[in-house]
This record gives sequence, C-alpha cells and structure tokens, in this order.
Amino acid sequence: MMSLNYANIFLWGFIATVFLTTLMAAGQGLGLSRMSLQYMLGTLFTADRNRAMAIGFTFHFVNGWLFALFYALVFESLGKSNWWLGAMIGLGQGLTVLIALMPILPALHPRMASEHHGPDPTRQLEPPGFMALNYGRQTPLITLFAHVVYGAILGGFYQLAGTAL
Amino acid sequence: MHNMNSESNSPKIGDYGIIGNCRSVALISRTGSIDWLCWPRFDSPSLFGALLDRNIGGRFAIRPTGQYTSTRRYVGDTNVLETTFQTETGIVRLLDLMPVDSEENKRHTLWAAHQILRIIECVEGEVEIEVLCVPRPDYGRKQPRLRYRGALGFYFEDRGNAFILRSEIQLMLSVDHAEVVGRCVLQAGERRRISAVYSAGEPAFIPPLGEFAEHRLQATLRWWEAWAARFTYDGPYREAVMRSALCLKLMSYAPSGAMIAAPTTSLPEKIGGVRNWDYRYCWLRDASLTLQSLFDLGYRQEAEAFMSWLLHASQMSQPELHILYDVHGETHLPEQELDHLDGFAGSRPVRIGNDARKQLQLDIYGEVLDAVYEFVCRGGRLDRATARMLKGFGKTVCQRWQEPDEGIWEIRGERLHHTYSKAMCWVALDRLIKLHEQGHLRIPLELFTHTRAAIRAMIERHGYNESLQSYVSVFDGDDVDASLLLLARYGYADPGAMRIRQTCALIHQRLGRDGLLYRYLAENDGLPPGEGAFGICSFWAVDCKALQGDVAGASELFEHILSYANDLGLLAEEVDPETGTLLGNFPQAFTHVGLIDAALSIARANQGKLREPGAEQTKMTGAKL
Repeated sequence: MMSLNYANIFLWGFIATVFLTTLMAAGQGLGLSRMSLQYMLGTLFTADRNRAMAIGFTFHFVNGWLFALFYALVFESLGKSNWWLGAMIGLGQGLTVLIALMPILPALHPRMASEHHGPDPTRQLEPPGFMALNYGRQTPLITLFAHVVYGAILGGFYQLAGTAL
Repeated sequence: MHNMNSESNSPKIGDYGIIGNCRSVALISRTGSIDWLCWPRFDSPSLFGALLDRNIGGRFAIRPTGQYTSTRRYVGDTNVLETTFQTETGIVRLLDLMPVDSEENKRHTLWAAHQILRIIECVEGEVEIEVLCVPRPDYGRKQPRLRYRGALGFYFEDRGNAFILRSEIQLMLSVDHAEVVGRCVLQAGERRRISAVYSAGEPAFIPPLGEFAEHRLQATLRWWEAWAARFTYDGPYREAVMRSALCLKLMSYAPSGAMIAAPTTSLPEKIGGVRNWDYRYCWLRDASLTLQSLFDLGYRQEAEAFMSWLLHASQMSQPELHILYDVHGETHLPEQELDHLDGFAGSRPVRIGNDARKQLQLDIYGEVLDAVYEFVCRGGRLDRATARMLKGFGKTVCQRWQEPDEGIWEIRGERLHHTYSKAMCWVALDRLIKLHEQGHLRIPLELFTHTRAAIRAMIERHGYNESLQSYVSVFDGDDVDASLLLLARYGYADPGAMRIRQTCALIHQRLGRDGLLYRYLAENDGLPPGEGAFGICSFWAVDCKALQGDVAGASELFEHILSYANDLGLLAEEVDPETGTLLGNFPQAFTHVGLIDAALSIARANQGKLREPGAEQTKMTGAKL
C-alpha cells in the first residue's frame, strides 16, 4: 500500500510548476519561442486573450499538481526517488508532449488551426507542428529543459521529504 | 505554335498561370506543364522545378502530341485554370485545380491534404495527348524510384512523405522508373481525369477519379465563386481588381493567416543576371497596404487573420521587428545557393532562404503600426499584451531612428540615412500617439511626441534638397527613389503640398520609362546593373496622381501598367520597359496589392474623397487581437 505525502506533493508540485512556467516564459521573453502553455490551455475555454491567460494559468497549475501526483505514484511504485529519476520522467513527459501531443493538438483544440486548414481564412491559434517547431526553432529545447527541471525538482525534493522508501 | 518537343524552348515568366489551395501553389505553363510545385507548403523544397532547371527540375505535363496553339483563362471568378489546345485535328481543354472546400464540408468526407486534379476533355475532333510526370523532390536533387501499385496508382516515398499519381489514361513507368508516361487519343466528348496527391508524414489519401473527381471540381468552383461573391468593390477596373484579389488569396497561408510575397524563388530581375531571390516568405513591408486592400474589398476575415499573424509573428522578435518571417513566424531563414540548378533561362545563382533577414530596415515600424492603426479604426481591439508590444515598438523607434539602415530596397551595402525610413519612423510614432489619444493604449506621450517632432525636423532639414526642390533618397543626397511617392500616401505630407508635387515630378523625370517607374537608378547596390521597372512603384505613381486629384492621369497610367499583365491578368515583381517582358518572382503579391490600392484610390478620387489614415471606420465588429 503506497503512502503518499500530499502536503509535499502540493508544495513541491507548486514550486516545480513555478519553475517550469518561469523557464517557458523566459524562453518567450528572450525571443526564443512563442510557446505559451497557459495561452494554449486557456484558449480551450475562451477566445479572449486576457481571460485565456488567466484561465490557462490556473489550469496550468492544476495540471502541475496532477502531474506531481503522478510523479509521486511513480516514485512510490519504484520505491525510490531522486533528482535524476525525476529528470528522466520529466524528459519523457516533455518528449511525449512534443512528439505525440503537439501534432495532434489541432484535432483536440477547438480554437487551433491545422496544417490541413484552408483556404477558409483563420484567426485561430497557430498549429504547433511536430515538436512545436512552428513556435520557434528553440521551442523543443526550452520545453524539454523546463520539463526536466520540473521532474528534477519533484524527484529531488520528494526524496528529501523522506516519503519514499 | 508549340509542340510536344518544345521543352528546350524556355517559357517566359508571363507564360505561367497559377493554381493553389492557400498552402501551396503550382505554376502551369501555356503548354500544360506544371513546372513549379512545392509541397506541402510554399517554402518547401520543390517537387516539380522545371521552372529553374529544364533538365533536372521535374515537371508534370499534359498536352497534345502534335503541333498546337493554346489559349488560357480562369473559369469565371475562380482559381480553376482552363487551357485550350487547338490542333489540326481537334480541340482539347485542360482544367487544372487544387481541390478546395469549406472546413464545414471537409468534415463530412476524407480529403487529401495536398492534391492536384487535372481534367482533360476533347471538345472537337480527335486529339492525341501525352502525359509526362517527372517528380524530382528536393529541388531536383533526388530522383525517386517510382513503383506501380495497380489500382492504387504510381507511388514513391521520400523520408516518410508519399506521392501518388492516379490516372484514367493508361500510363507506364519509364525504364529507369523515374518517369510516368502515357499517350491516348481522345474523341470529341471524351474526358479523362488525372490526380496527384502528396502526404507529409501520414497515411496517404488515394485520390478517387471518375464522378468523385467531378464532385471535387464542382466543390472547388463553388468555393471560389462563393469567395468571389464576398467581393464588395464595384469601382473602375473591377475585373483586374478581382483577379488581383483571387491571386492575393492564393498567396495567403490559411493555417496562420500569413501572406507570402510570391510563390517562387530566383525568377530573375534581369534575364541571365544574378538578382535572383527567394520570395516565398512574408515581408512586413506593405502590411498596411495589404490590410487595407483586404478590408476595402470586403475580405474582413482574411484581413483579421493577416493582422493576427502579423502580431503573433512579431512576438518573438519584440521589441524589435524583423524584415521577413516564414508563414509561422520563424526568422531563421539562412540563404543558400543551389549550384546544381541552371536557373530560369540560365539566371544563376538560384537562392533559397533570404539574407535580407539580417538587415535593419527602420521603415518596417511605420508600416506595421499603420496597419495596426487601420485595424483599430475598422473596429479591431487590442489586448493588453499586444498594446504593451506596440508600445515597445514605439520605444525601439525612439531609440533607433537616428541610426542608418539598409532601407526599403534592401541594399546589400553600406547603411545610410534613408529619408523614407525616417519618415516611416515618424508614421510609427504618429499612429501610436493617435491610438493613445483614442484610448486604445497608453504610451509615454511626451517622449513619443517630442521624438516625432525631432524626426520631422531632421527630414525637412536633411531629407529635402533645396536646390533640387525635392525630397531625396538619403540625407543630404541628390538622388530620388520611388519610395518617396509614399510620403503623401502615409500621411507624412499633404499630397497637394508643393514639396510633394515637385518630388513626384522629379521621380517621374528621373525614374520613368515608358509610363513605368524604376525603383532607383543611381544607388550603388553592390550588384551588377540591370533590372526592370518595379511594378508596385508604378502603381504608387497612380496612387500619387489620384491623391492629387488627377483622376484622368491616374486612370491613363493605370491602364498603361495593366497592359503589361499577362493574358490571365497576373503581374510579376518587375517589367522590362523595352520589351514588356515580366521579370522577377511571379506572381508578386505586392504588385497586385499596388494594383488594388491604385484602383481604390482612383475610385475614391472619382467620388471626390481623399484618403486619410484610418478614414475607413466601418463595420465595428470588435475583432480582438
């Protein structure tokens, strides 16, 4: 029977998500990528940019906690946790997002255009394409790095909290 | 007269027609040969590239085997191209299209992501026709080995991308499996369909022929006719403006709203010359004119999509703007020379990518912010992030306007203080100040107002030559260039002001040739001399005359320039005034934007209206960016 430390999951899930969000935002601010997970999530619910950012931000943090819970389950099932294990899971998550999720996102997202779209004009969200390369050449690197950091924080601090093993 | 062995006779640039689906286009010659096609999108490597190398580029031709003459037209107000071949034994008609339909209709049936449909019909007598399909992916660098898969057609795969050709004419593989060829005799009333599809990294769609293909033709005709029915312009030269709108639509990239400059690369500005550039990207220059043209013709959705792309693309480079972007806003577009290609009519090098991306062109800020201002004046709204970004552009202008730049003509040489660049910096701040005054955003008003005044003072002191009584290309210089025609267009100066009138007169005197205008003459641009008169500059001259109230002169000049369009109403970037030959990349979006804008200016002048920035405040829909 696994015994999860929900307080730690909540705390470190929040901190890891802050780091992930900050790194992705830094990528945008530095002109390396246009990928905004908050915006993409928020526009699932509304076309209003300002509201989308607020909704997306909230949704993104809830996602961050849910994924922290998933990471904790993995740590518990493996019977160990450390920063590099967390980083590896983060890498896997980042790759899944980039390779599997991004190309099919236009089919799932109600406000996202697809590469098959046209000639009807669109003011919808630009499709990310394979590895989200449409949002800038550096996007895959930034996304992977942010997810690796997210996983490393969870793995490292879940271990320190002593809930594993 | 043409015949099937006329491959060695290179077509002229104006010999091509264009079909497309707002993601890619094909250029088709008078002889029924698709000589340029880049799949899956405009700037992908070519699959058929005979346009740039008759031997290794690849082509897809359908035409009579004997001697023939051909005529062309578009089917009504659509982008379905019809080529009619008249032979000694009969007449055949070839329809070429990229099937399109509405997103709603596409949900109900499977669609190929990328398809060309060709339908040939004998309308009189009997005619032997030939089919030749020679795909050469990656700009002719690859020679695929085609396979025949029975009812599934001819096929090859290249790095996960599949090409399929199906035909109602019996075809066969060449000995080396590199070509598909076939011949048949068609009697009057007989009709055959041939279709090619391309799949990028997903299961390919096998294109049905027969009735299914006929339904696709009808759907495509209906879609274009419905699109054309939204055309609201009812002024002079309606037909030419409509064709320009249809052409412009083909150069928009529907998934993002971007507008490319032209669908070709390296069509020469001088036959045999080196001024060969890749235009399959999106220049922010002319953003304002493009936006106004789309709005004024009734294509609000396209205008809003373009505006959305423009602001989205510029997010990555903010608070600075780049010169050009790809259809998704990428700015890393390194220039390469393709040495293995002969080039159009021997014009080498063939280039892909564009190093103009590295240049500083300060006028971009004025053009983008003028477009934003037009958008807002027509009911668009700005969200907080966009407003912050625009303010950032204004601050960049305040910081950088005193720097020399490469200027609007992208001269690959020493940076200079271009008068037009400074004037567009003035326009940028002017539009931001107006947006602030109207409550759409907040800016450091004192800084922007002070800088705007300083720019004007500098232009009037150094950009105007008292002895010539004209504005000049570069500060303290004595040459003029055609960009100065736009000073009145963008509201920097009154079109009737003496300084503007005298500048226009000097530009015509120095740069005019047989009713056309060169963009500049004297400037040392670091390249061997020789290029044509610039299409859009010639239309700017029409606009200038219309703004000054000379409607008759503007109309006469407009008709003269229009006479250089090809038989389909399409224009390239340039025209050789001596021979009337079209030069440069083709068809050129901005030449057609110039045509539309000039016609609209004549229409306004006819009605006694003068254009002012943001004057067309109609249809407040509240579209938000």
